[in-house]
Amino acid sequence: MPTEEQVLPETLQELNKPECHDEEYDMVYHKPHTMVDVHMHYCPGCAHSLVHKLIMEVVEEMDIQEQTIGVAPVGCSVFAYDYMDIDMQEAAHGRACAVATGIKRLMPEKYVFTYQGDGDLAAIGIGETLHAINRGENILIVFMNNAVYGMTSGQMAPTTLPGMHTTTSPDGRDVSYYGAPIKVSELMAQLPGAIYVTRQAVNSANGVRRTKKALQNAFKYQQLKKGTCLVEIIGNCPSNWKMTPLEASKFIDEEMVKTFPLGDIKVPKAAETNNA
Amino acid sequence: MAEYKLMKGNEALAEAAIQAGCDAYFGYPITPQSEVLEYLAREMPKYDRIVMQAESEVASINMVYGAAGAGFRTMTTSSSPGISLMQEGISYMAGAELPCLIVNVNRAGPGLGTIQPGQGDYFQSVKGGGHGDYKLIVLAPASVQEMADMVFLGFDLADKYRNPVLMLSDGAIGQMMEKVQFKPYDRPVVDKSSWATTGKPKTRKRNYITSLFIQPERMEEHNLKLEEKFKLIRENEVRFEEINTADAEYLFVAYGLSARICQKAMDIAREKGIRIGLFRPITLYPYPYARLNELASQVRMMLSVELNSGQMVEDVRLAVNGKVPVEFYGKMGGMMPTPEDIVHHLETLIQFHHAN
Ligand SMILES: Cc1ncc(C[n+]2csc(CCOP(=O)(O)OP(=O)(O)O)c2C)c(N)n1
Ligand code: SF4
Ligand SMILES: [Mg+2]
Repeated sequence: MPTEEQVLPETLQELNKPECHDEEYDMVYHKPHTMVDVHMHYCPGCAHSLVHKLIMEVVEEMDIQEQTIGVAPVGCSVFAYDYMDIDMQEAAHGRACAVATGIKRLMPEKYVFTYQGDGDLAAIGIGETLHAINRGENILIVFMNNAVYGMTSGQMAPTTLPGMHTTTSPDGRDVSYYGAPIKVSELMAQLPGAIYVTRQAVNSANGVRRTKKALQNAFKYQQLKKGTCLVEIIGNCPSNWKMTPLEASKFIDEEMVKTFPLGDIKVPKAAETNNA
Repeated sequence: MAEYKLMKGNEALAEAAIQAGCDAYFGYPITPQSEVLEYLAREMPKYDRIVMQAESEVASINMVYGAAGAGFRTMTTSSSPGISLMQEGISYMAGAELPCLIVNVNRAGPGLGTIQPGQGDYFQSVKGGGHGDYKLIVLAPASVQEMADMVFLGFDLADKYRNPVLMLSDGAIGQMMEKVQFKPYDRPVVDKSSWATTGKPKTRKRNYITSLFIQPERMEEHNLKLEEKFKLIRENEVRFEEINTADAEYLFVAYGLSARICQKAMDIAREKGIRIGLFRPITLYPYPYARLNELASQVRMMLSVELNSGQMVEDVRLAVNGKVPVEFYGKMGGMMPTPEDIVHHLETLIQFHHAN
């Protein structure tokens, strides 16, 4: 019970804000200033919040906040514009790459990225994605593959693993009925328009570091104007996988990577990256 | 005085887009409007503008969304099946309050239908088409000249109200050749910096384009804001043309191509001593309800002539509100009524109403 002398914080927001007294402590780490200082709606252990932060760290470090425009289509991360302190456009389900094309073609000097889920990119929006990459749009596609439709509560996605239980594949994904999971990155890497394709995961400290490096590369490669960068990130969705965050991390290492092996799939030729 | 040129409606439209300062065009081939994309593919690069053949109409409208959201003057065109595909994107643009010009060179349907002209997309254009509560400003050209003029008007209205504008033309006006004149154009200055996503400088808050308002209270607030805007549009943007209405006892109501045919029918009927006028809505949204209601106090009957099964006639009846009989005459499937057909139908109706 608070005593009368205690000043109560006005809002929960204020109550939960970590305190930092710059004069008394050396700040060794802080959230990037390119992020809006609010609570996120993502579930505990969700990859979206972490990857938002990584992207915004890169934007801050490269000092390109003023030149960066993001596109977030429908999916759990449709609210990305509430968190990323940059100009952004929400897109219809699946259409992020078309929207990004519209932005980038008119403003070729800006950095444009999409942030798409696997339902969004690999199901309803695979056409727009493939054609944008085939045209070699100078955009970055951040592809959050969590093997389910997160936002609509865990239905099967084109990336759902064989045998994986979802609300619409209650007995496990039957490959003879629905086909095998689409390996988007391997598929898109075939297109000459793709210059950089890599698959990473953020379920370990090393994975986070590698993912950040991939995002840094991808933003830099945009300056080359040589084509599309696709950074696939295996994302944890503990809520719909019906796991604890730790179990979800383990599931990525033990199951997801069997279908979706991590690492670079296509990297630009050395000559092309010289001036990046 | 600007010189006259002989042009197809679709080409006049494309040329007007260039002269109106259209920064970007995204489209997909479909008859009877492919000339627009072809013309712009040839001409836009000369002005350093963006022209792109998209992979589908779904992609086109979403490219328009992106470019418009970044503050650019943007257009797409298509014909009926393609416009159907765009409906989700159009609804998003209306929700996110993005200005753009969409042109439907209407062909007869449903389904794949035929490539011949039709007016079967009236309901889709003025009553919604896509999901949710929104309105498009809908302009209906009746000549090649108007197909050009309405590009300038359409872009300006889109910017003024931050709303998509739809030009509802048809395959005949798009394909026919007429003389057209491009008048000097004064583009209104519009400041889009408070919302366009051009990259956030330190000096302002971030701009974001969205049609998402997850809390019902916020959604309702946004709906009410949009309704205010549509009210303003209804109050200020009604456009129509009247011919021979001063002494009219009967009235044709028709838009676009059917208005052209009615004009001829009117001449024939007047020669026969029937005092008939023509009322041509130029804006289909906002619809000229008030003026039609006034005219209903003067005439004895109205005849809505359309190239469909009877769509606009419902709005005429709403306007007239039972004051006088409102009849319908139409042809479908890309078939055209002749002026004589229309006059014959008119005479039969007059006799019928006289007998009753
Ligand atoms: C046209 C359309 N169809 C369906 C939906 C419903 N819907 C919203 S998000 C979503 C799937 C999202 O899954 P994913 O892209 O994998 O993103 P996640 O939430 O998993 O991050 C669906 C089907 C929609 N918004 N629009
Ligand atoms: S449902 Fe899954 S993807 Fe969505 S916020 Fe929760 S954990 Fe993240
Ligand atoms: Mg998903």
